[in-house]
Amino acid sequence: MLEVRNIAAGYGPVRVLRGLSLTVRPGEITCLLGRNGAGKTTAMKAIMGLLPLSGGQVLLDGEDIGRLPAHEVPRRGIGYIPQGRRLFADLTVAQNLEIGMRCRKSPPEVRDRVLAMFPRLADRMGQRAGTLSGGEQQMLATARALCLAPRVLLLDEPTEGLQPSMIALIRDTVLRLRDEGVAILLVEQRLDAVLATADRAVILETGAVRAEADAARLRTDPDLLRRHLGV
Amino acid sequence: MEFGPHLMLAVLEGAVTAAVLALMASGLSLVFGVMRVVNVAHGQFFMLGAVLAWAVSSAVSSALGGGAFGFVAAVLLAPVIAGALAVAADLTVLKRVGYDPERTIVATIGLLYILQQAALMTYGPEARPVAPPFNDRLALPWVAFGPEGPRLIWPWGLSITSYKLFVMGAAAAVLAGLWALMTRTGIGLVMRATQLDRETAQAFGIPVERVYAGVFGLGAALAALAGVLIVPIQQAHYLMGGDALLLSFIVVIIGGLGSLGGTVIAALLIGLSDGIVSVFFSPTLAKILATLLVALVLVFRPEGLRGKAAR
Repeated sequence: MLEVRNIAAGYGPVRVLRGLSLTVRPGEITCLLGRNGAGKTTAMKAIMGLLPLSGGQVLLDGEDIGRLPAHEVPRRGIGYIPQGRRLFADLTVAQNLEIGMRCRKSPPEVRDRVLAMFPRLADRMGQRAGTLSGGEQQMLATARALCLAPRVLLLDEPTEGLQPSMIALIRDTVLRLRDEGVAILLVEQRLDAVLATADRAVILETGAVRAEADAARLRTDPDLLRRHLGV
Repeated sequence: MEFGPHLMLAVLEGAVTAAVLALMASGLSLVFGVMRVVNVAHGQFFMLGAVLAWAVSSAVSSALGGGAFGFVAAVLLAPVIAGALAVAADLTVLKRVGYDPERTIVATIGLLYILQQAALMTYGPEARPVAPPFNDRLALPWVAFGPEGPRLIWPWGLSITSYKLFVMGAAAAVLAGLWALMTRTGIGLVMRATQLDRETAQAFGIPVERVYAGVFGLGAALAALAGVLIVPIQQAHYLMGGDALLLSFIVVIIGGLGSLGGTVIAALLIGLSDGIVSVFFSPTLAKILATLLVALVLVFRPEGLRGKAAR
């Protein structure tokens, strides 16, 4: 279980997160929502150790990982699919997956399993990542993170700019991982995707939690999200 | 000597320069490519290699007598010592300034003066030679066309030493090894991933600061090895890093910042043109042409021969 307790972080003198707290439980999809600039991506980076915390704690199964060097965080089992995919564009598909495999010294079966989830990648192992289509790049970004065999998976707008069939594939993958017990924190702008996948929604405003709702409440009161997000 | 053999001699001299330059500039290019650090002290690691070669070979030769042992020990030890010093400089200075591009320039200027003055205080202002491990003069043939058809002749003065051939071969072997390291090994994969996206590399468990320290050490070791190889041809001197740094920058800019292949091509271009122009005209004109070439590249192809245009 990932627990974020009262964290503060930002960029230089600019404070973006101001006492953010949330919990991501195994086998559950928590959606992080908020307007632009609310701190969603900053929260992801702070959890990954890519931004230093100026306060608070990030606990992974009780261990405080908030002050670890950034490269130690994924080694604890947190996979990250960043916004914009951030693939290593000049490396091949196979090399991008190898970077994921090396992180936690995953056995070869992990790669076989991941490639079975995204068989199209298996045909493009020698192709440079930067030359893949947008949908294939998102598959690779997801596959690369899954090569860590993560306990917790952070996804930052994974369906951004994708065609409907690809959105469905990513959604099915996320649901499958949830069913396998992975704790998932998802930043998503599309309300239909949130309603279709989220077990809980956490709404951010100016770097702190403004509202929380579980799946039942989201489905019975879909206007809740619209009220808070102003959409 | 006729024009043809004279040209061949100039090309061979230029090839020796190109070999040493390619080794040194590849270190500079590697450091910039992976770390985005312009290492102004790079020339001092070249000087350090030459000075350490003198110190190590003198010590070993006086202990074991003459022979090639001193030079072999210098080839093995000098790059390791220079690399270790560079790693220490990275961990104590560059890491602390967060690898910020501007601050690392100032930091490496400081490192330049520290290394240069330390060499002056310990090694002294004299230029000192290191004996090559072998130095046989090998006469080279030329094809002459007479009334009876083509025939091989041995023009007087058309020759090269076995040591200069060794320098070319050693540089080619080390560069091939560097290429294999970067493209065929896990260490190279990690270095390339760090080069492409530092933040994402960290998010996949790559200890970026350790990679930086290793790359800075490797870059310095390559410069030091170039210094060791050149010192039996030129003498070791505490100021020899300045010109070497300037030529390395020229090569790296022409080749494309961070491109190993471009660096080797540019080193060949600059080395060969330096050899040919120096033999037929003057070394000063060779330097003027190299600088002019840099200016042309910066105007018409700022990304260099093999670099990537900024997006």
